[in-house]
Amino acid sequence: MPDATGLELIAQDLRKTIGGGDGADPVLDTVFFRGRATVSVRAEAIRAVLAQLRRRGYSFMSSLHGVDYYPDEPRLGVIYELLDMSRVDRITVKVRVPSDAPELHSVTPETPEGPGWPTANHQEREVYDMFGVIFRDHPDLRRILMPEDYEGHPQRRDFPVGGEPVEFTFNEGEGPTSSRGAGSAR
Amino acid sequence: MSQVENPTLSEYRKREQSITLSPTEEQLDPAAGADATVQQVLTLNFGPHHPATHGVLRLLVTLQGEVVRDIKPIIGYVHTGIEKTAEDKAYWKVIPVIERMDYLSYYFNAMAFVGAVETLLEVQVPPRAQYLRVIHLELNRIMSHLVWLGTSALDLGAISMFWYCFRERETILDLFEMSSGQRMHTRYFQVGGVIEDIPPGFASKLQGFLDEMPARVDQYGDLLNGNEIVLKRLRGTCPLDAQTLLSLGVTGPLLRAAGNPWDLRKAAPFGSYGDFDFKIPVGTVGDNYDRFAVRMAEMRESVKIIAQALAGLPEGPYITDDRKVALPPRHELATSMEALIHHFKLVTEGFRVPPGEVYFPLESPRGELGCFVRSDGSSKPARVHMRDPSFVNLQAFAHMAKGAYIADMIATLAMLDPILGGIDR
Repeated sequence: MPDATGLELIAQDLRKTIGGGDGADPVLDTVFFRGRATVSVRAEAIRAVLAQLRRRGYSFMSSLHGVDYYPDEPRLGVIYELLDMSRVDRITVKVRVPSDAPELHSVTPETPEGPGWPTANHQEREVYDMFGVIFRDHPDLRRILMPEDYEGHPQRRDFPVGGEPVEFTFNEGEGPTSSRGAGSAR
Repeated sequence: MSQVENPTLSEYRKREQSITLSPTEEQLDPAAGADATVQQVLTLNFGPHHPATHGVLRLLVTLQGEVVRDIKPIIGYVHTGIEKTAEDKAYWKVIPVIERMDYLSYYFNAMAFVGAVETLLEVQVPPRAQYLRVIHLELNRIMSHLVWLGTSALDLGAISMFWYCFRERETILDLFEMSSGQRMHTRYFQVGGVIEDIPPGFASKLQGFLDEMPARVDQYGDLLNGNEIVLKRLRGTCPLDAQTLLSLGVTGPLLRAAGNPWDLRKAAPFGSYGDFDFKIPVGTVGDNYDRFAVRMAEMRESVKIIAQALAGLPEGPYITDDRKVALPPRHELATSMEALIHHFKLVTEGFRVPPGEVYFPLESPRGELGCFVRSDGSSKPARVHMRDPSFVNLQAFAHMAKGAYIADMIATLAMLDPILGGIDR
């Protein structure tokens, strides 16, 4: 782990290298909690931030997952866990997107900023499936765990547990998620 | 292959057909001057109910003759929403559901979760509990590798290996039953330690297993390493270099087989793994044989770790004495008012965890298993996510098997060791 000072140095480096044309600060916040360093960044800067962290040695993306901060806004979070294998050092990058426009650049494909993170492919699909975050330029953004025709994003906090009737033979076709449409005559 | 719009198809089937197939098909277009009879491409549906898919994995395989040109895995058939269920349960009640994700490495799932919660709570785990955890984790690693070896050999056509492997696995399950009362999904690890101390007789039975196991691994080696069919099917088939594996996020035996000695037990020891002397087996070229050999060698190393942990097992409590987190001992309930109150609070509401987010990674039999827990300060987690190695490693499958024969694809899938319970969660 970078210590608290190391985290600030990384944040400073990100501010310096990723100024952006509009001069907006790419780093929103840094948190050092239980020995783990987290840097929150602006959603537009995610590709540049990850590319810069890769240049600093964090070249392995160990995990990418979503979080729902309901009822706070921006509500949906996407978390990137990066790992530097030679120094055995981890850093967490966090992005928040609002629920009315949950869009984010995909980090899977190769871009002018860097070679991309192929490991993010399935994991971004899972975040899209479970939270409804749309990853722009993702090569194959489809649902991955839920059925293709499923409606809603079940891992959101306002999606009820067990809110969906179980389909048996006697009520087949009546469920809201049935592929045969609601209330088909039997 | 052009898809003809069929009006009788359901919405689901239509959407299913919209899956983009591999670009090789366009290159093989007969109009481009190639010989159409030779270059014809066939898309084959493989699974989800197929004995060689190790669960309910469905593959859309694009074949040119017998050569695999592309693979699209379709998953989600055993998705049970465990991460969602976990949000509705008190922290200690999450452990049983978490264990059911990757059903061959339940101790690891539990360890990742309790490790994350312990980090949030800043609970100190007593040394005896840490050693007991190491013993059970490594037994679980051997058990998982035995199931992998047995079923993989079965995929290659060797049925007797399956029985030998399950014989030793049975001994391990008996040990699990002795320590926890359950053979699978044991709920043995608790936040702050383990649920019970090991019973009398456990140590001697475990010692018997440890004495026997290296000779058993030798026997497996004798059966397989000198077997021409096994060698022909594993040597040199479907290699993938370490750089590609890293970019795909692959960890565990698959990465080590390609020569990268990355193992979280050594690199960032969690619990008391730093106390033990063991080696990290690595391969050279990263073909199927290396993947096989690395796991075989890992079983021996796990035996060494368990032997050291058993010999050096410290005396002392097996769970933290923090009454806000761990249940008080049974005998205190009759005499102590406070113990009764703590017991009541724990079994009704559970314990509250300070708000925050942690990611706790550890080395499971299949690679980096990470548990992300977000707490909002209540007694139920606000988010639990498992970074399951099978889920991430599956992405490398198409890269490994492209250009190989379909029989080698089966062997590669066996050596990939995916557990669909972990992939779909």
